[in-house]
Amino acid sequence: MVRQNPVSSAAGPAAAQTNGNTFTLQKSKDSLSKYLNLTTEQQETYLKLLILTVSCIMSFSTRLFSVLRYESVIHEFDPYFNYRTTKYLAEEGYYKFHNWFDDRAWYPLGRIIGGTIYPGLMVTASALHYIMNALHVSIDVRNVCVFFAPLFSSFTTIVTYLLTKELKDSGAGLVAAALISIVPGYISRSVAGSYDNEGIAIFCMLLTYYLWIKSVKTGSIYWSTACALAYFYMVSSWGGYVFLINLIPLHVLALIFTGRFSHRIYVAYSTVYCIGTILSMQIPFVGFQPVQSSEHMAAFGVFGLCQLYAFVEYLRSKMTKENFETLLRSVAMVFVGVIGVAGLILSLSGKIAPWTGRFYSLLDPSYAKNNIPIIASVSEHQPTAWSSFYFDLQLLVFMFPVGMYYCFKKLTDANIFIIMYGVTSIYFAGVMVRLMLVLAPVMCVLSGIGISSILHIYARNSEPDTSAEKKGKKGGETSYWFKSEIGTAVCCMMTVFLASYAWHCIWVTSEAYSSPSIVLSARGGHGDRIIFDDFREAYYWLRMNTDEDAKVMSWWDYGYQITAMANRTILVDNNTWNNTHISQVGQAMSRPEDRAYKIMQELDVDYVLVIFGGLTGYSSDDINKFLWMVRIGGSTERGADIKETDYYTPSGEFRVDREGSPTLLNCLMYKLCYYRFGDVYTEGGKPPGYDRVRNVEIGNKDFELDKLEEAFTSEHWLVRIYRVKKMPNRGI
Amino acid sequence: MAHLGEILVKLYEEYRGKTPKRLKLVDAYLVYVLMTGIIQFLYCLLVGTFPFNSFLSGFISTVASFILATCLRMQINPENKSQFGHISQERAMADFVFAHVVLHLVVINFIG
Repeated sequence: MVRQNPVSSAAGPAAAQTNGNTFTLQKSKDSLSKYLNLTTEQQETYLKLLILTVSCIMSFSTRLFSVLRYESVIHEFDPYFNYRTTKYLAEEGYYKFHNWFDDRAWYPLGRIIGGTIYPGLMVTASALHYIMNALHVSIDVRNVCVFFAPLFSSFTTIVTYLLTKELKDSGAGLVAAALISIVPGYISRSVAGSYDNEGIAIFCMLLTYYLWIKSVKTGSIYWSTACALAYFYMVSSWGGYVFLINLIPLHVLALIFTGRFSHRIYVAYSTVYCIGTILSMQIPFVGFQPVQSSEHMAAFGVFGLCQLYAFVEYLRSKMTKENFETLLRSVAMVFVGVIGVAGLILSLSGKIAPWTGRFYSLLDPSYAKNNIPIIASVSEHQPTAWSSFYFDLQLLVFMFPVGMYYCFKKLTDANIFIIMYGVTSIYFAGVMVRLMLVLAPVMCVLSGIGISSILHIYARNSEPDTSAEKKGKKGGETSYWFKSEIGTAVCCMMTVFLASYAWHCIWVTSEAYSSPSIVLSARGGHGDRIIFDDFREAYYWLRMNTDEDAKVMSWWDYGYQITAMANRTILVDNNTWNNTHISQVGQAMSRPEDRAYKIMQELDVDYVLVIFGGLTGYSSDDINKFLWMVRIGGSTERGADIKETDYYTPSGEFRVDREGSPTLLNCLMYKLCYYRFGDVYTEGGKPPGYDRVRNVEIGNKDFELDKLEEAFTSEHWLVRIYRVKKMPNRGI
Repeated sequence: MAHLGEILVKLYEEYRGKTPKRLKLVDAYLVYVLMTGIIQFLYCLLVGTFPFNSFLSGFISTVASFILATCLRMQINPENKSQFGHISQERAMADFVFAHVVLHLVVINFIG
């Protein structure tokens, strides 16, 4: 932030007597700006532009680590599905995309893709692809997808600046923009290659909030309609829009309770709610939920409350006090009675659906663990550890309360909103690791406000008192010992903090969040880098060496990657919409070979794919995920005889060596992972068949497979594919 | 009850006398939109909600038109000058038209 005094007082004693009133038009006496012939206003504008541009470039470039270290490839699992749908949209057009029924996933059920996704990401990416190709910048769909998230993070930086400018001033805005450009909590879900809904959702969310704050401040229908359109964009991009449609009514409720409800708020909220609701129902996946499900009822309730409140205020302004009281009492009782009865009837008769499992588990974190194993098993849904907060946010954790304090100090309608946003996101980030992403922007905004306010006070203090200032000082300011020295010291300390924040963020991005997870690397014995490209090798083998309509059975984690890269039909994928189907696959993996063969025959399985990390030490393999397969397999009626305790030793341990439970040592997953592994020497000084992840020698070594045969094992044994043998023609 | 009746009559008389002509025009439009909303809702109760998207689209169209007209009325009311100082009457009307354009585009898309 640029202030007039430092610039002019540095130039010499003559400038120190500059009169406050002629600041803005006075040409600065500083030598550089005198050379460039700039007024102070122009200086400010150029400085702001420079800082914002550097922040945008910074946010784009810090996300490019994995592209530089490996290649421009899509990461993880979910982005592969998004990439496949974007390719389909770019090739076939919107009508076909909207009505797409995919029969190559969830065999034999299929999946209605057109109606079960949030299309915002795909539509934006293919629009970008279309525009760039129309301008003859021939960029591939894959590269558009890979660099999509960093591009939108630059836009997020700009929107954060605008939002914080509305809340405080442009100085705070610049600090917040700089903070959010490198904050690890946001980077983790938006690196280059992580082509997922969150990359665009955070931008849409902050845009909606900015337009909402604008509508609250101006009370204009134009800004409210713009907010409704941004809300529509947000609904089309992420399921987390439910957070918005509950936070905005909560804000209006808080304003009502603090007596700040005015005509502006009425205009803003009513317009946003009406137009926003009907816009949000245009997305097929959302459908009629905004008028039927409990998650949206808060917004509806507050809407009704607004109407009542405004009408009551209108009447109150037209009548005397006693008349008003009589009228109010008689009407209110009737009205409240009717509403209460109607609400009770609707919820009891089931017309208003109760909270769905995913969102209910946010309010009651133990719900998923006890009732729905699939939701509980996703690693992103685990509660957040304390260290994750510091790891993802560093300095912001400390500056966040400071920002809240300054917001409380100067309470306006807009500040109340950001306070509520901060408090609710802290709670949700504590429930689920994945929601750390929602917390990061508000942390940056509030920290920006805090840091900017601190610097504002102490930078002003650090200036030596000139005679002109002494005369014009307000009565409230005191002068204490070493005022200007303390001011300088605090400014230096803040600089050190911000520098350490920047260093920490870049380090975290480089070490923790830039791995593509489809390509792994390790250091060999001589310090050389070994690349494990087994996944793509195996998927490419599948693509080239199997029948067009071969069906592949694997655990649901790998479903999206198989359809996108190998282009084969699969049974279950990461969408996890059908628990019974996944449970059948889990049963097949947990049962011994001949019983599993029956299930595989039922489902027409041709190939089985497993991930095995015992040779390389890759710890996210299927044996480590095996207990979840057992739990989910045993959670339905057909698999009721599968008990988790059968797979443990009598002392309650999960072991794969000789002491391991016989049920475990004979199940299909064990046999598929460890087939022929008993002959392999993995580490010096250890017996053959030494599993490098579990650190034991395996128990069941020399066995043959009856109903399956080995089709392919990748170079480092990470991916193993087996062919299911057909039944012999003649019964023996 | 007679007390209540007196209050209502007094309210009506004050409304007729004090409100400017522009606001009365907007109020007449509000009553018309309310009528269309009530008619649609009664029809839905009689005939059932199939197709639900058409009913919703029509009903939300009346609700939103009502709300937007109320907002317009608030913005052009000279008593609210302190809250809407920087919004001129023409700007209020232009915003109203813009919101209606967006609203009716969505309604036509949703009505099936």
